[in-house]
Amino acid sequence: MMRIGIDVGGTNTDAVVMDGTKVLAGVKEATTPDVMSGVVSALKSVLAASGLKPEAIDVVMIGTTHFTNAVVQRRDLAQTAAVRLGLPATASLPPMVDWPEDLRSAIGNHAYLAHGGHEFDGRVISPLDEAELIGIAADIKAKGIRSVAVTSVFSPVNTEFEAQAGAIFEKALPGAHVTLSSDIGRIGLLERENAAVMNACLRDLSKLVIDAFRDALDACGVKARFFLTQNDGTLMDAAYAERFPVLTFASGPTNSIRGAAFLSGVAEAIVVDIGGTTSDVGALHKGFPRQATVAVEVGGVRTNFRMPDVFSFGLGGGSLVVDGPGGIKVGPTSVGYKLTKEALVFGGETLTTTDIVVAAGRAYLGDHKRVANLDKSLIVRTEAKIADMLETAVERSRLSPEPLPVIVVGGGSILVHDRIAGLEIVKPHHFAVANAVGAAIAQVSGEVDRVYSLTSLSRADAIGDAQQKATAVAVAAGARAETIEVVDVEDVPLAYLPGNATRVRVKVVGDLHVA
Amino acid sequence: MSPRGYVLEESDLLPLSLGAALLGTGGGGNPYVGMLRARELLRKGASVEILPLEAVHDDDVIGSVGGIGAPVVSVEKIKQGQECLRALRGVEEAMNVRVSALISAEVGGSNSIEPILTAAYAGLPVVDGDGMGRAFPEIQMSTFFIYGLDPSPGAIADDKGNVVVFKKVVDMFWLERFARHIAVDMGAAAGFATAPMKGAYVKRVAVPGTLTQALEIGGTILDARARRHNVVERLLAKTGATLFFTGKVADVRRELRGGFAMGEAMLTGVGDHAGSQARVAIQNENLVLWVDGTPAVMVPDLIMNLELETGEPITTEMLRYGQQLAVIGIPAHDLIKTPEALKIVGPAAFGYPELTFAPLGAPSDVRASAEGC
Repeated sequence: MMRIGIDVGGTNTDAVVMDGTKVLAGVKEATTPDVMSGVVSALKSVLAASGLKPEAIDVVMIGTTHFTNAVVQRRDLAQTAAVRLGLPATASLPPMVDWPEDLRSAIGNHAYLAHGGHEFDGRVISPLDEAELIGIAADIKAKGIRSVAVTSVFSPVNTEFEAQAGAIFEKALPGAHVTLSSDIGRIGLLERENAAVMNACLRDLSKLVIDAFRDALDACGVKARFFLTQNDGTLMDAAYAERFPVLTFASGPTNSIRGAAFLSGVAEAIVVDIGGTTSDVGALHKGFPRQATVAVEVGGVRTNFRMPDVFSFGLGGGSLVVDGPGGIKVGPTSVGYKLTKEALVFGGETLTTTDIVVAAGRAYLGDHKRVANLDKSLIVRTEAKIADMLETAVERSRLSPEPLPVIVVGGGSILVHDRIAGLEIVKPHHFAVANAVGAAIAQVSGEVDRVYSLTSLSRADAIGDAQQKATAVAVAAGARAETIEVVDVEDVPLAYLPGNATRVRVKVVGDLHVA
Repeated sequence: MSPRGYVLEESDLLPLSLGAALLGTGGGGNPYVGMLRARELLRKGASVEILPLEAVHDDDVIGSVGGIGAPVVSVEKIKQGQECLRALRGVEEAMNVRVSALISAEVGGSNSIEPILTAAYAGLPVVDGDGMGRAFPEIQMSTFFIYGLDPSPGAIADDKGNVVVFKKVVDMFWLERFARHIAVDMGAAAGFATAPMKGAYVKRVAVPGTLTQALEIGGTILDARARRHNVVERLLAKTGATLFFTGKVADVRRELRGGFAMGEAMLTGVGDHAGSQARVAIQNENLVLWVDGTPAVMVPDLIMNLELETGEPITTEMLRYGQQLAVIGIPAHDLIKTPEALKIVGPAAFGYPELTFAPLGAPSDVRASAEGC
């Protein structure tokens, strides 16, 4: 099977063509403000470089940081109503209470508390009040809000109230996007609600972005199946991704760490992915990103997604270099995708880290004559500053004093030319497009989440049954049965229900079936 | 310590909740939600003073409130807010008194914060101390009851406005039984108040300084992270705790029984403990740690799981397959280890009659062999 992996970052859009496990070609193009033209040009270049016709491609996997960046930068976010069902419970903490003020304002801080919700054992906290919800809908309509997130207490145990409230909002607000928290998260009200609200505020953007991807594939004549990568490194089809953009969060770091492992053949390492604006540092353990066990924040908002433990900081190939009274300052401001216009070596007027590296004679990009007269001390001090930033980040991700290698990937890898923190550096072939490789090798998952009665069934049997069903889902979604691995098992007993009911959730992943 | 105490600042809430989570010894509920609730109240202008135990007057009347329910529920069914205040008013009316300060019965976990929240609503100070120095799963397991507080009256309140006052209970076990039963009926996230106490009694039986201890532990964790120190090592140094095991979670079994999260976690050794196995018994909190089949630490001494790299306290509901943990132990306060106390909070009280409590810091042969591995 011929596949294309694309990674759309804030600065660059990378693409690779892979035949099975072999990288045939890899390219890097600037990300464009409209997303689509950058993807089109990356697709065209990578097809040309591989010598393949568009019809030869069977499947396209796209990883995008677009939605994460929208939240982090507070842009293109829709005004969103966060409706919680649970009164009189939960009144002490309204929706979005633990959000940074600027993000809450960016989506309008429209929080509504309504009656509803279930107790842990399935009883009703208070009945759903249709008139109350119709009143809220009228208020939402009057404010011109078109995105709604509905979160009901204990909806992972009983989805009924969220579904009913969702239907009321869809009827009262034709064309509005309604996100139900039970479709996204697990038990943990604030974290699940946060994820649902973030998803809702991204729905307008997700339609635009997924349409742009679809149009880009059409424009290049690629008629292949088309997937997006999720935060755990697995695939979801485009239609699903449009409804659940929040599931793409952190897929970028996951893809680059998985790609780095694949390209280097190293299973235990620190991975440094240097982009145009930021660098991500994570740990590779047994070929997978080490997961964070504490609640992961995205754009300052706490979620309960399982995400790679990645440390991001403002160092990239486009980072601004400023020599001020306090010494050299590198980043976090970056020229981003305008690197090839604004950096000195590309004829621009802005001093960037790329200019420093070219001036030091460590990379050959643009016109090196334009940086020939840079002050030697400025070059030395900036390189020392960059080395210092990298060392701090790598030290933070080290688990032990063991001398693990550091795999350096990403377009900004030219900033690294020496050991980091005394550790050996590995720059694998195709290092610049490791994230696109990570997208291309993304796996398929299957998840089952259901309630078992443990009167006639043991816990192990229930988990075994759920595992079998999850495997069937993954295989139906295109996974190769013999590659299936269980990645997540969770069983939550639902006390005081007849029959010792237990909710079992199992997730499996496998490789996409390669014909 | 200044007898005048100090006013709780917003910047104290994060270290307090982190330290309280660790003192929760795996249970006590997630203090994150309580921390946010406290932050909301402080931001709206509330002020809460923390009073040292020695600043309490003998004839002061001290109330004690806390949440009662299941930890897994507390992160989902967030409180209406004034459950504990309504319960407090219930016992005050029943005894015809007004309390002049509040104290936590349980510094471990979310009940470190509940009295602070009620104090913020009611305009009362909070005494720096508690009745456990850690977390325990049942009401009678505090020094307040162990050393003879009359369990009548007690009160429990829910999110909906129901308040149930236990006018007369013949002993603390009946109080626990009734309260637990009603807490479950109330949705396993209720507010509870026990009989207000004389200041002189509180000064005699409370474990002193535990709110400040939680603050300092949390401060140490945050400081170690900021300086990229090894958090577990810094904590061992700060608290005098002993590291008993480092391992990876191989399985977690749990079930909710009678409102309690019962279960056990199996750990496979890593690092210095590679090749060893550990097992932690759980009843909301970590009860007993066995290393290679030998009991190494047991209740009432404190058994705490920390994420190996970050030092994040891992509560029993956060335990997941694959996590790498450091299991550390801290000796319980002397007030928790008297013969009277051990009857209520010793291994036998938790269903391990075969275990004789061997306190940390007084190594028995069993302990010596456990430490050796």
